[in-house]
Amino acid sequence: MKITVCIKQVPGTSEVEVDEKTGVLKRDGIDSKMNPYDLFALESAIRIKQQFATEVTAITMGPPQAEEIIREAYMMGADDGVILSDRRFAGSDVLATAYTLSQGIARDGIPDLIICGKQTTDGDTAQVGPEIAEFLNIPHVADVRKIIDLTSEHIKVEMDMPQTVEVVEVKLPALITVAKDINEPRLPSFKLKLASAGRPVKRLSLDDFSDQDEMNYGLNGSPTQVIKIFPPPANDDHEIWEGSTTELAGRLFEQLSEKKFLQR
Amino acid sequence: MAKIIINHDKVKDPQKIVELCPFGAIDYINGYLSINSACKMCRLCLKKDTDGVFKYVESQRPQVDKSLWNGIAVYVDHLEGDIYPVTFELIGKAEELAAKTGQPVYCLMMGHNIADSAAELMHYGVDEVFIYDYKELEHFRIEPYTAVFEDFIKQVKPSSILVGGTTIGRSLAPRIAARFRTGLTADCTVLDIQPDTNLDQIRPAFGGNIMAHINTPDHRPQFATVRYKIFNAPEKKGTSSGNLRRCTIDAAKLKSNIKVLEINAKELETGIEDAEVIIVAGRGVKKAEDMEMIMELAKLLNAQVAGTRSLIETGWLDPKRQIGLSGRTVKPQLIITCGVSGAIQFVAGMNGSEHIVAINTDKQAPIFQNAHVGIVGDIYEIIPALIKNIKSGMEVKS
Ligand SMILES: Cc1cc2nc3c(=O)[nH]c(=O)nc-3n(C[C@H](O)[C@H](O)[C@@H](O)COP(=O)(O)OP(=O)(O)OC[C@H]3O[C@@H](n4cnc5c(N)ncnc54)[C@H](O)[C@@H]3O)c2cc1C
Ligand SMILES: Cc1cc2nc3c(=O)[nH]c(=O)nc-3n(C[C@H](O)[C@H](O)[C@H](O)COP(=O)(O)OP(=O)(O)OC[C@H]3O[C@@H](n4cnc5c(N)ncnc54)[C@H](O)[C@@H]3O)c2cc1C
Ligand code: SF4
Repeated sequence: MKITVCIKQVPGTSEVEVDEKTGVLKRDGIDSKMNPYDLFALESAIRIKQQFATEVTAITMGPPQAEEIIREAYMMGADDGVILSDRRFAGSDVLATAYTLSQGIARDGIPDLIICGKQTTDGDTAQVGPEIAEFLNIPHVADVRKIIDLTSEHIKVEMDMPQTVEVVEVKLPALITVAKDINEPRLPSFKLKLASAGRPVKRLSLDDFSDQDEMNYGLNGSPTQVIKIFPPPANDDHEIWEGSTTELAGRLFEQLSEKKFLQR
Repeated sequence: MAKIIINHDKVKDPQKIVELCPFGAIDYINGYLSINSACKMCRLCLKKDTDGVFKYVESQRPQVDKSLWNGIAVYVDHLEGDIYPVTFELIGKAEELAAKTGQPVYCLMMGHNIADSAAELMHYGVDEVFIYDYKELEHFRIEPYTAVFEDFIKQVKPSSILVGGTTIGRSLAPRIAARFRTGLTADCTVLDIQPDTNLDQIRPAFGGNIMAHINTPDHRPQFATVRYKIFNAPEKKGTSSGNLRRCTIDAAKLKSNIKVLEINAKELETGIEDAEVIIVAGRGVKKAEDMEMIMELAKLLNAQVAGTRSLIETGWLDPKRQIGLSGRTVKPQLIITCGVSGAIQFVAGMNGSEHIVAINTDKQAPIFQNAHVGIVGDIYEIIPALIKNIKSGMEVKS
């Protein structure tokens, strides 16, 4: 069985700040790490590998530095790594990202199973997985909270719905995105670090794809455009009350009754 | 293609140039500046560059004929005909946008035996409701649902499509957006419309730390997902209006490689998401016993109790009651935070609340920036006093 896991490199902290006037992201502390949600995706694949003869490939689209997270995936037990890196991929939105990934994934034939994280901590859209499935024309199930069974033909999973939990059986090849508490991701192993030290990471660019039309990639292939980024608005309608306990409790009581919160 | 060109002759200090990019996308290697694939095309380098080193070269993007796409469509999310509140909230927003541009409002509903519930939509001022009623659509399965959505779009050609950020919506919207090779903006918190029918979409990213304003200028339809409780539902009208159109689709398109084997009801418990009033306990609460005071206040206000992550970690409250980025998002009428500092990850889950009261001893606590009423005081004094006031107020009444 072949499983491909999609992983993304994200800023090490989501506490980025935007300069109010210039709309510039302040760069303090922008070191990078693997998207934490993707650890659950990797763990899911590696658990399958412990049961079946499986080859796990980790794939990422990103700058050359994103090789770091492929190395990390090796240390968790991935067998192979691919990085899709090309200046022409710059400025990709979800559509262009999913298209680029689908080109990279399908290059050697569609794997039996593709696993994505539920979302990322930066773009935070949770859309890339389903869009990859569409481009590959395979079924997908989003937000899987349990993998119940896997055969060479099917995967049986538990899907979280608002009021119910559904058990569905999906014919392979398929794509799933996994919920964050599906498992407990393992830590990178020192043994695997040594074992994978010399293992190459395959680097692919647009020239390696079957579709080489530049208009389908990067900014050109992105229908959405970010016009502006800015800090979230602070709530400007606020009062601060100070005083004795009796005063404060009394004022709050009055306000709550005025606003009709005490009439039930 | 659109790209950024470096004019090497104008470079004075290469290191300064490298620092212009917040994403580390400018390399200086072997005395040569270049832009690598980390570039997000954000163009900040152009804005900050004072020496004319960078130049942006625009390329011709494909254009759509926007006049061929008309109307604002809402995807009707439901469970066995029980329509989710987010659908009505989206109808309210769609009508507001449609009024500005003179477009009709459409609803798309798919499922099995749904005609009666579809009729309910006619009380909300929608122009036309399209229903696809098939046994194959009884349960959500991605391929037939996408096929029906595609059929609807090809038939109706709506300019904008709003989808609730529910489990189904978040799975279906990207799939159908990709099928039309168009843009989808996730979890919008503000939506407005331009005279040329471009949607102005504003959404939080980076866990709510930044807001992004997004357009889909050259593609139609333009898709947006919106979560529950962001917009307001219109009043239900006594009379019904608009058309109900039953649509047909070739059964071959409803095939699926997914089999639904079991549907198990989740234990329904009164959660914090639907609460009108919420009392939040933070780490200002020192001991497990002290939660009783919070519980008592909640009972008097008919409120649900919730906690910050730090409080949940003590084990004094069910993790399902955590508010915030890694917990639930709430939007009650009233929320009273007790001993909560107001970390951004917490605030992200509650800043849409109607009326926010914060009690904290520390006047500098960030929560006061988000509260409508900030009470500088000790919860161990204020809450018992308030409880006493409420109780005696009740006595006066009865
Ligand atoms: C502030 C901001 C707001 C944005 N809003 C939108 C928007 O509303 N619509 C839009 O189309 N684009 C948007 N974008 C662009 C978009 O977020 C990213 O550019 C896109 O590349 C990835 O989307 P994501 O991070 O949301 O991934 P998600 O869809 O949240 O990621 C889900 C999963 O897909 C996989 N995955 C995602 N990216 C990669 C990758 N590069 N390599 C390998 N696997 C990957 C991972 O398994 C991940 O767990 C926004 C960008 C920013 C900075
Ligand atoms: C990735 C990530 C995700 C996170 N997700 C969440 C999330 O979903 N939800 C969440 O809540 N947090 C989340 N956090 C944690 C968050 O950053 C804060 O640590 C947390 O919200 C703080 O909880 P607190 O306000 O209860 O505690 P503290 O920050 O310790 O604040 C306690 C406050 O109580 C006040 N106080 C003390 N004694 C009294 C008294 N007697 N009377 C009145 N006031 C008093 C203090 O002045 C202080 O302001 C997340 C963090 C990360 C990194
Ligand atoms: S466009 Fe933005 S990401 Fe690209 S090089 Fe300039 S500053 Fe860096």
